Amino acid sequence: MKILLIDDSKTMRNIQKSVLAQLGHTTVEEACDGQDALSKVGAYKPDLILVDWNMPNMDGLTFVKTFRQTNKTTPMIMVTTEAEKARVIEAIKAGVNNYVVKPFTPDLLSQRINETLAKCQSAQAA
Amino acid sequence: MDPQYIKPFIASIQNVFSTMMQLPVTVNQPKIKDNPGTSYDVSGIIGLSGDVVGSIVLSFPRQTAERVVSLFTGSQMTADSPDFADAIGELVNMVSGGAKANFTGKKVSISCPSVVVGPGHKVAKQTDAPTIVIPCATDCGELAIEVTIQTADAGIKAKAA
Repeated sequence: MKILLIDDSKTMRNIQKSVLAQLGHTTVEEACDGQDALSKVGAYKPDLILVDWNMPNMDGLTFVKTFRQTNKTTPMIMVTTEAEKARVIEAIKAGVNNYVVKPFTPDLLSQRINETLAKCQSAQAA
Repeated sequence: MDPQYIKPFIASIQNVFSTMMQLPVTVNQPKIKDNPGTSYDVSGIIGLSGDVVGSIVLSFPRQTAERVVSLFTGSQMTADSPDFADAIGELVNMVSGGAKANFTGKKVSISCPSVVVGPGHKVAKQTDAPTIVIPCATDCGELAIEVTIQTADAGIKAKAA
Protein backbone atom coordinates (compact mmCIF):
# COMPACT_ATOMS: atom_id res chain seq x y z
CA MET A 1 0.00 0.00 0.00
CA LYS A 2 1.30 3.45 -0.97
CA ILE A 3 0.75 6.27 1.47
CA LEU A 4 1.21 10.02 0.95
CA LEU A 5 2.02 11.87 4.16
CA ILE A 6 1.50 15.65 4.01
CA ASP A 7 2.72 17.73 6.95
CA ASP A 8 5.03 20.74 7.15
CA SER A 9 6.59 19.35 10.33
CA LYS A 10 9.26 16.73 9.72
CA THR A 11 8.85 15.70 13.36
CA MET A 12 5.19 14.88 12.82
CA ARG A 13 5.92 13.08 9.56
CA ASN A 14 8.47 10.93 11.39
CA ILE A 15 6.03 10.17 14.21
CA GLN A 16 3.31 9.21 11.73
CA LYS A 17 5.76 7.16 9.65
CA SER A 18 6.68 5.22 12.77
CA VAL A 19 3.00 4.41 13.43
CA LEU A 20 2.54 3.41 9.79
CA ALA A 21 5.61 1.15 10.01
CA GLN A 22 4.12 -0.55 13.06
CA LEU A 23 1.04 -1.26 10.94
CA GLY A 24 3.25 -2.72 8.21
CA HIS A 25 3.04 0.26 5.86
CA THR A 26 6.54 1.28 4.79
CA THR A 27 5.92 2.63 1.29
CA VAL A 28 5.49 6.28 2.21
CA GLU A 29 6.00 9.43 0.15
CA GLU A 30 6.29 12.70 2.03
CA ALA A 31 5.12 16.20 1.10
CA CYS A 32 5.74 19.36 3.14
CA ASP A 33 2.60 21.29 2.09
CA GLY A 34 -0.42 21.15 -0.20
CA GLN A 35 1.46 22.44 -3.24
CA ASP A 36 4.21 19.88 -2.82
CA ALA A 37 1.56 17.17 -2.42
CA LEU A 38 -0.28 18.22 -5.59
CA SER A 39 2.98 18.01 -7.52
CA LYS A 40 3.56 14.44 -6.29
CA VAL A 41 0.12 12.89 -6.04
CA GLY A 42 -0.47 12.35 -9.76
CA ALA A 43 2.65 10.29 -10.35
CA TYR A 44 2.66 8.56 -6.96
CA LYS A 45 -1.01 7.47 -7.00
CA PRO A 46 -1.32 6.82 -3.25
CA ASP A 47 -3.78 4.36 -1.71
CA LEU A 48 -4.13 6.52 1.41
CA ILE A 49 -3.40 10.17 2.17
CA LEU A 50 -2.73 11.65 5.62
CA VAL A 51 -2.92 15.43 5.48
CA ASP A 52 -2.28 18.22 8.01
CA TRP A 53 -4.44 21.37 7.92
CA ASN A 54 -2.22 24.35 8.79
CA MET A 55 0.73 24.47 6.39
CA PRO A 56 2.53 27.21 4.45
CA ASN A 57 2.01 27.76 0.68
CA MET A 58 -1.13 25.63 0.45
CA ASP A 59 -3.07 24.43 3.49
CA GLY A 60 -4.53 20.98 3.84
CA LEU A 61 -8.12 21.99 3.30
CA THR A 62 -7.28 23.62 -0.04
CA PHE A 63 -5.33 20.51 -1.03
CA VAL A 64 -8.30 18.28 -0.17
CA LYS A 65 -10.73 20.42 -2.16
CA THR A 66 -8.38 20.57 -5.15
CA PHE A 67 -7.57 16.86 -5.08
CA ARG A 68 -11.23 15.85 -4.75
CA GLN A 69 -12.08 17.69 -7.98
CA THR A 70 -10.39 14.87 -9.88
CA ASN A 71 -10.24 12.02 -7.37
CA LYS A 72 -13.31 11.03 -5.36
CA THR A 73 -12.14 7.69 -4.00
CA THR A 74 -8.64 7.74 -2.49
CA PRO A 75 -9.09 7.64 1.30
CA MET A 76 -7.92 10.76 3.11
CA ILE A 77 -7.46 11.38 6.83
CA MET A 78 -6.98 14.90 8.17
CA VAL A 79 -4.41 14.87 11.02
CA THR A 80 -4.43 18.30 12.62
CA THR A 81 -4.49 20.48 15.72
CA GLU A 82 -7.79 21.98 14.49
CA ALA A 83 -10.16 20.44 17.02
CA GLU A 84 -13.32 22.56 16.77
CA LYS A 85 -16.45 20.75 15.62
CA ALA A 86 -17.01 23.33 12.86
CA ARG A 87 -13.55 22.57 11.45
CA VAL A 88 -14.19 18.83 11.48
CA ILE A 89 -17.44 19.36 9.58
CA GLU A 90 -15.67 21.67 7.11
CA ALA A 91 -13.02 19.03 6.42
CA ILE A 92 -15.55 16.22 6.02
CA LYS A 93 -17.57 18.39 3.60
CA ALA A 94 -14.38 19.06 1.62
CA GLY A 95 -13.86 15.34 1.21
CA VAL A 96 -11.79 13.78 3.98
CA ASN A 97 -12.92 10.35 5.13
CA ASN A 98 -11.72 10.58 8.71
CA TYR A 99 -10.21 13.03 11.19
CA VAL A 100 -7.51 12.78 13.87
CA VAL A 101 -6.82 15.61 16.30
CA LYS A 102 -3.23 16.20 17.44
CA PRO A 103 -1.99 15.25 19.95
CA PHE A 104 -2.78 11.60 19.26
CA THR A 105 -1.60 8.29 20.64
CA PRO A 106 -0.15 5.73 18.22
CA ASP A 107 -3.14 3.51 19.03
CA LEU A 108 -5.65 6.17 18.03
CA LEU A 109 -3.92 6.92 14.72
CA SER A 110 -3.65 3.18 13.99
CA GLN A 111 -7.34 2.72 14.74
CA ARG A 112 -8.39 5.60 12.46
CA ILE A 113 -6.19 4.35 9.62
CA ASN A 114 -7.56 0.83 9.88
CA GLU A 115 -11.20 1.93 10.09
CA THR A 116 -10.79 4.36 7.20
CA LEU A 117 -9.22 1.74 4.95
CA ALA A 118 -11.89 -0.83 5.89
CA LYS A 119 -14.74 1.63 5.29
CA CYS A 120 -13.38 2.79 1.94
CA GLN A 121 -12.66 -0.76 0.75
CA SER A 122 -16.17 -1.93 1.60
CA ALA A 123 -17.66 1.15 -0.09
CA GLN A 124 -15.66 0.45 -3.25
CA ALA A 125 -16.65 -3.23 -3.21
CA ALA A 126 -20.36 -2.38 -2.91
CA MET B 1 -7.41 39.16 30.63
CA ASP B 2 -10.42 36.92 31.00
CA PRO B 3 -9.43 33.69 32.83
CA GLN B 4 -11.49 31.74 30.28
CA TYR B 5 -8.56 32.31 27.90
CA ILE B 6 -5.93 30.98 30.33
CA LYS B 7 -7.52 27.73 31.49
CA PRO B 8 -7.53 26.17 27.98
CA PHE B 9 -3.73 26.56 27.77
CA ILE B 10 -3.26 24.77 31.08
CA ALA B 11 -5.44 21.87 29.97
CA SER B 12 -3.84 21.79 26.53
CA ILE B 13 -0.19 21.66 27.63
CA GLN B 14 -1.00 18.89 30.09
CA ASN B 15 -2.81 16.97 27.35
CA VAL B 16 -0.07 17.45 24.73
CA PHE B 17 2.81 16.52 27.02
CA SER B 18 1.06 13.50 28.54
CA THR B 19 -0.25 12.18 25.20
CA MET B 20 2.89 12.66 23.12
CA MET B 21 5.59 12.14 25.76
CA GLN B 22 3.91 10.60 28.82
CA LEU B 23 5.32 13.62 30.64
CA PRO B 24 3.16 15.06 33.44
CA VAL B 25 3.08 18.87 33.71
CA THR B 26 2.56 20.67 37.01
CA VAL B 27 1.15 24.14 36.50
CA ASN B 28 2.00 26.87 38.99
CA GLN B 29 0.17 30.15 39.61
CA PRO B 30 -0.14 32.25 36.44
CA LYS B 31 1.11 35.81 36.78
CA ILE B 32 1.26 39.03 34.78
CA LYS B 33 4.62 39.43 33.09
CA ASP B 34 6.54 42.52 34.11
CA ASN B 35 9.50 42.51 31.71
CA PRO B 36 9.70 42.47 27.90
CA GLY B 37 12.05 39.48 27.47
CA THR B 38 10.88 35.90 27.15
CA SER B 39 11.12 33.70 30.23
CA TYR B 40 13.83 31.41 28.82
CA ASP B 41 16.28 30.72 25.94
CA VAL B 42 14.15 28.77 23.44
CA SER B 43 10.76 30.06 22.27
CA GLY B 44 8.12 28.55 20.02
CA ILE B 45 5.77 31.32 18.87
CA ILE B 46 2.28 31.16 17.37
CA GLY B 47 0.06 34.07 16.32
CA LEU B 48 -3.71 34.06 16.78
CA SER B 49 -6.14 35.90 14.52
CA GLY B 50 -9.91 36.10 14.14
CA ASP B 51 -12.23 36.73 17.09
CA VAL B 52 -9.23 36.49 19.44
CA VAL B 53 -5.89 38.07 18.50
CA GLY B 54 -2.41 37.92 19.96
CA SER B 55 0.44 35.50 20.45
CA ILE B 56 1.39 32.38 22.36
CA VAL B 57 5.00 31.68 23.34
CA LEU B 58 6.16 28.34 24.69
CA SER B 59 9.46 29.19 26.37
CA PHE B 60 12.08 26.73 27.65
CA PRO B 61 15.55 26.85 29.18
CA ARG B 62 17.83 25.32 26.54
CA GLN B 63 18.51 22.15 28.52
CA THR B 64 14.82 21.55 29.22
CA ALA B 65 13.99 22.10 25.56
CA GLU B 66 16.62 19.58 24.50
CA ARG B 67 15.27 16.98 26.94
CA VAL B 68 11.65 17.57 25.90
CA VAL B 69 12.46 17.43 22.18
CA SER B 70 14.47 14.24 22.65
CA LEU B 71 11.46 12.65 24.36
CA PHE B 72 9.06 13.98 21.73
CA THR B 73 11.06 12.80 18.72
CA GLY B 74 12.45 9.62 20.27
CA SER B 75 16.03 10.57 19.45
CA GLN B 76 18.70 12.58 21.27
CA MET B 77 18.67 16.13 19.98
CA THR B 78 20.43 19.37 20.89
CA ALA B 79 19.38 22.91 20.04
CA ASP B 80 21.92 22.83 17.20
CA SER B 81 20.24 19.83 15.53
CA PRO B 82 18.55 20.72 12.23
CA ASP B 83 15.18 19.31 13.34
CA PHE B 84 15.15 20.87 16.82
CA ALA B 85 13.20 23.99 15.81
CA ASP B 86 10.69 21.92 13.88
CA ALA B 87 9.90 19.88 16.99
CA ILE B 88 9.54 22.97 19.21
CA GLY B 89 7.28 24.52 16.57
CA GLU B 90 5.07 21.45 16.49
CA LEU B 91 4.74 21.45 20.28
CA VAL B 92 3.58 25.10 20.41
CA ASN B 93 1.30 24.36 17.47
CA MET B 94 -0.39 21.50 19.34
CA VAL B 95 -0.66 23.45 22.61
CA SER B 96 -2.18 26.48 20.84
CA GLY B 97 -4.49 24.41 18.65
CA GLY B 98 -5.81 22.46 21.62
CA ALA B 99 -6.38 25.63 23.63
CA LYS B 100 -8.19 27.57 20.94
CA ALA B 101 -10.65 24.71 20.49
CA ASN B 102 -11.90 25.63 23.96
CA PHE B 103 -12.47 29.31 23.23
CA THR B 104 -16.21 28.81 23.28
CA GLY B 105 -18.08 30.59 20.51
CA LYS B 106 -14.94 32.19 19.04
CA LYS B 107 -13.61 31.59 15.54
CA VAL B 108 -9.83 31.72 15.77
CA SER B 109 -7.03 30.85 13.34
CA ILE B 110 -3.46 30.07 14.30
CA SER B 111 -0.35 30.94 12.31
CA CYS B 112 2.43 28.56 11.35
CA PRO B 113 4.92 28.49 14.24
CA SER B 114 8.21 30.38 14.48
CA VAL B 115 11.07 29.35 16.75
CA VAL B 116 13.78 31.52 18.30
CA VAL B 117 16.84 30.05 20.04
CA GLY B 118 19.17 32.24 22.11
CA PRO B 119 19.25 33.83 25.55
CA GLY B 120 17.75 37.27 26.17
CA HIS B 121 15.53 37.46 23.10
CA LYS B 122 12.28 39.45 23.07
CA VAL B 123 9.03 38.75 21.23
CA ALA B 124 7.40 42.00 20.11
CA LYS B 125 3.73 42.24 21.07
CA GLN B 126 1.09 43.12 18.50
CA THR B 127 -1.47 44.16 21.08
CA ASP B 128 -1.70 46.28 24.23
CA ALA B 129 -2.95 43.28 26.15
CA PRO B 130 -0.90 42.18 29.17
CA THR B 131 1.13 39.01 28.91
CA ILE B 132 0.18 36.24 31.31
CA VAL B 133 2.95 33.79 32.16
CA ILE B 134 1.88 30.27 33.08
CA PRO B 135 4.87 28.63 34.83
CA CYS B 136 5.08 24.86 34.34
CA ALA B 137 7.27 22.17 35.87
CA THR B 138 8.09 18.75 34.41
CA ASP B 139 10.63 16.00 35.07
CA CYS B 140 12.60 17.52 32.15
CA GLY B 141 12.73 20.91 33.87
CA GLU B 142 10.75 24.14 34.02
CA LEU B 143 9.11 25.92 31.11
CA ALA B 144 6.48 28.61 30.63
CA ILE B 145 3.56 29.49 28.40
CA GLU B 146 3.30 33.22 27.72
CA VAL B 147 -0.17 34.23 26.60
CA THR B 148 -0.76 37.71 25.14
CA ILE B 149 -4.28 37.75 23.76
CA GLN B 150 -7.44 39.81 23.67
CA THR B 151 -10.70 39.69 21.80
CA ALA B 152 -10.60 41.44 18.42
CA ASP B 153 -13.28 43.86 19.68
CA ALA B 154 -11.13 44.89 22.64
CA GLY B 155 -8.17 45.46 20.33
CA ILE B 156 -10.17 47.76 18.07
CA LYS B 157 -11.51 49.73 21.06
CA ALA B 158 -7.99 50.10 22.50
CA LYS B 159 -6.64 51.45 19.20
CA ALA B 160 -9.55 53.91 18.85
CA ALA B 161 -9.10 55.25 22.40
